[in-house]
Amino acid sequence: MASTKRLAALLAIASIVVGACGTSGQTASPAGESVAPTTPAASAEVTPAPSAGAETYPRNETLYTTGKQWGPPSTWNPLDPNAAMGTVGLQYESLLLYDPLADTWDPWLAESATWTDPTTYTIKTRSGVTWSDGTPFTADDVAFTIGLGKIKAVGWNIWDYVTEATATDASTVVVKFSDPAYQEWALWTYDKPILPRHIWESKANEDILTDTNANGVGTGPYKYKTAAEDRMVYERNETWWAKAALGLEAKPRYIVDIVNGANNVALGLLMQGGIDLSNNFLPGIATLVDNGYVSTYFPEAPYMLSGNTAWLVTNDKKPPLDDPQFRLAIAHAVNVPDIVNKVYGNIVKAADPTGLLPTWEKYVDTAQRDALGFKYDPAKAASLLDAAGYKKGGDGFYTNKDGSPIKLTIMVPTGWSDWEAARDVIVASLIAAGINAEARIVDYNGLVDARNNFDFDLVVNNEVQISNTPWTYYDYMFRLPLMEGAGKNRNYGGYENPEAWALVQQLDKTPVDDVAAMQAITSKLQKISLTEMPVIPLWYNGMWSQVSNVVWTNWPSDGANRILPATWNGYWQMGAVKMLTQLQLVQP
Amino acid sequence: MRRYFGRKLLIYGLTFFVAATINWMIPRFMPGDPVQSLLSRHQVAPEAVPHLIAYYNALFGLDQPLWQQYLNFWGSLLNGDLGRSVYQSGRPVTEVILAALPYTLGLLIPAILLSWWAGNKFGAIAARRRYLDNAVLPIGYILSAAPYMWLAIMVAWILGSVLRIFPISGGYSYALEPSLTWAFAVDLFAHWVMPFLSLFMVMFGGWAIGMRNMIIYELDADYSRYLDALGAPSGLVRRYAFRNAVLPQVTGLALQLGVIVAGALVTEIVFSYPGLGKLLLAAVQNEDYFLLQGIFLFVIIGTLIANFLVDIAYVLLDPRTRVGMSGGSA
Repeated sequence: MASTKRLAALLAIASIVVGACGTSGQTASPAGESVAPTTPAASAEVTPAPSAGAETYPRNETLYTTGKQWGPPSTWNPLDPNAAMGTVGLQYESLLLYDPLADTWDPWLAESATWTDPTTYTIKTRSGVTWSDGTPFTADDVAFTIGLGKIKAVGWNIWDYVTEATATDASTVVVKFSDPAYQEWALWTYDKPILPRHIWESKANEDILTDTNANGVGTGPYKYKTAAEDRMVYERNETWWAKAALGLEAKPRYIVDIVNGANNVALGLLMQGGIDLSNNFLPGIATLVDNGYVSTYFPEAPYMLSGNTAWLVTNDKKPPLDDPQFRLAIAHAVNVPDIVNKVYGNIVKAADPTGLLPTWEKYVDTAQRDALGFKYDPAKAASLLDAAGYKKGGDGFYTNKDGSPIKLTIMVPTGWSDWEAARDVIVASLIAAGINAEARIVDYNGLVDARNNFDFDLVVNNEVQISNTPWTYYDYMFRLPLMEGAGKNRNYGGYENPEAWALVQQLDKTPVDDVAAMQAITSKLQKISLTEMPVIPLWYNGMWSQVSNVVWTNWPSDGANRILPATWNGYWQMGAVKMLTQLQLVQP
Repeated sequence: MRRYFGRKLLIYGLTFFVAATINWMIPRFMPGDPVQSLLSRHQVAPEAVPHLIAYYNALFGLDQPLWQQYLNFWGSLLNGDLGRSVYQSGRPVTEVILAALPYTLGLLIPAILLSWWAGNKFGAIAARRRYLDNAVLPIGYILSAAPYMWLAIMVAWILGSVLRIFPISGGYSYALEPSLTWAFAVDLFAHWVMPFLSLFMVMFGGWAIGMRNMIIYELDADYSRYLDALGAPSGLVRRYAFRNAVLPQVTGLALQLGVIVAGALVTEIVFSYPGLGKLLLAAVQNEDYFLLQGIFLFVIIGTLIANFLVDIAYVLLDPRTRVGMSGGSA
């Protein structure tokens, strides 16, 4: 039988591979090694599927992306945070764009937006913009969208400080504030989408989130084409306003976003040129970059931009973790260099002791940080503990001050392999420093439940993404009153410091352009975080992004194209949409 | 005959009730709840959190007491409504499952039936030919003992990445839209081959070993030796041996058909195949009560139907069952 022969052949190959793995003692190497390293581009000649010629989306007109979608695209409602990749950013647009790399604001749907006095914000809407159904975009749409924030389920809290939003003429919106939260409002102007009044007026009630809004009407460079269980497809909006207004043109005619699968799938597709941009965390990607198969933002370590800070969150309500000195000792005890080098292979960077992301560098009070900041130093950890009055028990581990043993547990979600490896390093380095610790194995939902109800010692978390303002960072760290239960998403450790929280609120109410005032406040906040250690900054998680240069090129990089290379929620409005206008075909 | 099936149906009905109840309860024993899971994935303004919790709890009926939720579950189930998926933004569970079901069935039914048929044939032949036995047995053991995840990744790597014969992921090409064309059918088939093949290989090994051992056992049994001694042609002896040997295999088949969903889970993850297994994993990860309930309901129904079919098959295959039914002492 032919089939048995093929089977036998396959088995023979399989057994050879097993043998090879066995003798060399290595884990399965990345698929790339079998392709000649000198000609990575040659792999493009092979089309993976036997469907060439009949494609609905021709390869040289299509951009394949992956990384954002963890489940089937199921809603395109721009008000739902669960909306499909690109709903906000590609289909719906914001008033402004904010570029964290250059720290600049770009007028987008707003031609200009300024504070005309301390409590009045005047928005001039861009002329010549039309919704994808042909209706002109006007100031009315903007005023209406701001008004949507009054609906509780929308989840915006702008009406805590906005008092009025009116369209005074076809292209002007005047927003009145009582006590304006300038930082939060600035975040709103680029993070949130503007919706067409003529479509959404009838939907504007408490059930607004139940509308899945497939094939919606937006202003953006792309329109909904189709969606399936494992993909989301966009088609270019040929009448996008930015072509005439800014000379920008989205290059790919189609964008196919593939729902995340197993790592081997994303890696395989990327290597074959089946995916152009992958925003997945792929272990060992540095090797592939060094061998020229894929590219990243930086050509060498750290390869990726920093996207968020990974902290060790301590349960500040529970002895001995309620003692700042003990937390400081932990900060000195954790072997972060090992996490960066061994766990991540240098695709991440160690965090600044303040934890502030590199894009917030100008807010770091460097003199203060150098004086108060921690670094990996087990001897210092021991001396801190000794000075604070902790004694070692018979087993060589430090005990509580009442003599009872200490055994800390650390949670990371099961299956997050890089974090699991980092956790093992943390456990080992704590034990080496005389602090007994062990891993607590728990799945994501169990972790969330334990974390939200103060049933933990240590947990790794990274929930503050890059943004326009360090306020988001400190709001997370110091938020009061404490939240608890489902929906808790700030200050997991339960650190209570009214003075710090007052500073955070003061920061929120500082004008965005008053950098000196922001620096003064953040300096005080840094002092508190460096001496009290409410959370312990460990490393910066990367803005995972690896690209193939097989079909498209001129990707964001540290050279001429300083653009965020990410498809995740919120990143399009942080300038990533310009990546699509910069792309070039390898073979036009 | 009627009493036999009547009794069976009653047992099936009871099993269904108990299984559906357990299946309703288990997700609710998991730590946390779907709304917490949903909100934990997004950074919502803390001021808005209480409103969103109230909104989602009301939307999915989670604000009612547990006993009421249980009654609601049966009420809507009897109306054919499986509820709404939490993590898929309130999409009806029936719709979600029906979108995934064809992929799973299209993958598993051919894989199970073909491997069963081929494995039994092969095992039976191998039992009588030494050179085949020497080849089939080790291959069968390797196939059925290799960790499936590893085997599947090897298949994907060899056929997908190295030889590039078949695409490595998805239900159909990412460059296509579903249509009634040859191109689409060919593409669908190309994406089906590797997941199918990996499943087929593993199950084939198991069936072949099982059948080979059974045949050797049956050929050694007294009745075979007696027939042999009487001078019956060896073909006749083998036919009798086969009929006896196939009975446990039929039971095994029923069990396989029943756990059809669980069986595809790893396959669908390795090949990013958009079937029920992948959906099941996502439902667990998101604590999506309603989707979990819906998928397990399909598993329960599948198991019961498969068992029922096997009961019928037994009646046809095994005369002893027929004797038992007509009141003879068994």
